[in-house]
Amino acid sequence: MSVVEFRDVDYEIVGRKILTGVSLAVQAGETLVLLGRSGSGKSTALKLTNGMLFPTSGQVLVDGRSTREWDPIKLKRQIGYVIQDVGLFPHFTVARNVGLVPRLEGWSEPAVERRVDQLLEVVGMPAAEYRTRYPRQLSGGQRQRIGVARALAADPALLLFDEPFGALDPVTRYELQQQFQKWQRDFGKTSIFVTHDIREALRLGTHIALLVNGRVELSTPANEFPHAASPEARAFLACV
Amino acid sequence: MNSMRSDLANDIAQLTGEHLVLVGVAMLFAILIGVPVGILLTRHSGARQWTLGLASVMQTIPSLALFGFLIPIPFIGGIGARTVIVSLVLYALLPILRNTFVGITSVDPAVCESAIAMGMTDGQLLRQVQLPLAARTILAGIRVATVTTIGTATIAAAIGGGGLGVFIFRGVASVDTAQILAGAIPSAVLALLADWGLGWVERKLSPV
Repeated sequence: MSVVEFRDVDYEIVGRKILTGVSLAVQAGETLVLLGRSGSGKSTALKLTNGMLFPTSGQVLVDGRSTREWDPIKLKRQIGYVIQDVGLFPHFTVARNVGLVPRLEGWSEPAVERRVDQLLEVVGMPAAEYRTRYPRQLSGGQRQRIGVARALAADPALLLFDEPFGALDPVTRYELQQQFQKWQRDFGKTSIFVTHDIREALRLGTHIALLVNGRVELSTPANEFPHAASPEARAFLACV
Repeated sequence: MNSMRSDLANDIAQLTGEHLVLVGVAMLFAILIGVPVGILLTRHSGARQWTLGLASVMQTIPSLALFGFLIPIPFIGGIGARTVIVSLVLYALLPILRNTFVGITSVDPAVCESAIAMGMTDGQLLRQVQLPLAARTILAGIRVATVTTIGTATIAAAIGGGGLGVFIFRGVASVDTAQILAGAIPSAVLALLADWGLGWVERKLSPV
């Protein structure tokens, strides 16, 4: 059974079609990259996955169940979500930011603290040094690491990334991409990763779906993508 | 001479006390109404325009005219402090309402989006994220409202509501500058103290 499945999904907002007839499946352990230009509907697809939006027609299934049938809060807490602007809470310390979902889920205080220390270690930010800092005291790359730690906190089986490294300088972005590959090797999480950067897509994806004006033009294993013949795929590959 | 001076001091103390009660009670109600309504406006867009519009219109009504409207109304009207407090609440509402609304709606959308994406309920979003981040703006509204209310409350004496306005009306009637100042100076000092005190709390609030 697929972890996530889109079945002929349309999404419309005030009469404007954002997604049309999207069908996709993500298998356990896979990293699906949604590649496309700005406005192609990539982020909308992510929001349909964790129930921040619901399809106008068609179905999005998570663990075989339609997102409409899930308890909306429970569904979101089971899925890690990382966005470009990070969205760390500026009035929370690093530790409180990372421990957020476990606390919402009612973990005991010592368990939350242990988990926070462990995750800060995983993202390469020693707890002793960073625990008590506020987001404004961190660099962009560090903030994004904390964003990842926060998404991993309740050990979700599925992670959604919405252009997480888009706002970073190229060197930091490359470092975090390498970290991402290591995390994927270590934890084997299923991920959906949105980007408009073809290099990032080829580097991180096991599977790539190319979106054009809200339609899936091409869906292929990442290693076959360079041989794709579709015009949009060629346009992206020309950037490499 | 000495006893006259202590009479005046007693009067100032007593009327300042009355003034503080008028302002305190009015602000308490204005906050208890303004903040929750401001929060509701962020949740229900339908009522937004006419509520803020109504609160703005309220501010444009001259205070003496508002007294005139309120006096004949049963329960909230009549001669005395009650009518004054009702009109002070109506004046104080707009800055509190507006700042609550603006404070909450201007929280970084990325922060709210990630709060929702992480599975916060609307109540958790409000209490843990939006209100703490809006606290300064809300308090700034309360500060502006308090300072203006302290000044506006001097008009209370016009309908027997007491407070420092008693000196001012008495002074105007008898062309006695000293009396006018006996009302105006304490009122100005109260306003400055409130401004400074609430400003200090505002700066203390929230690490952002």
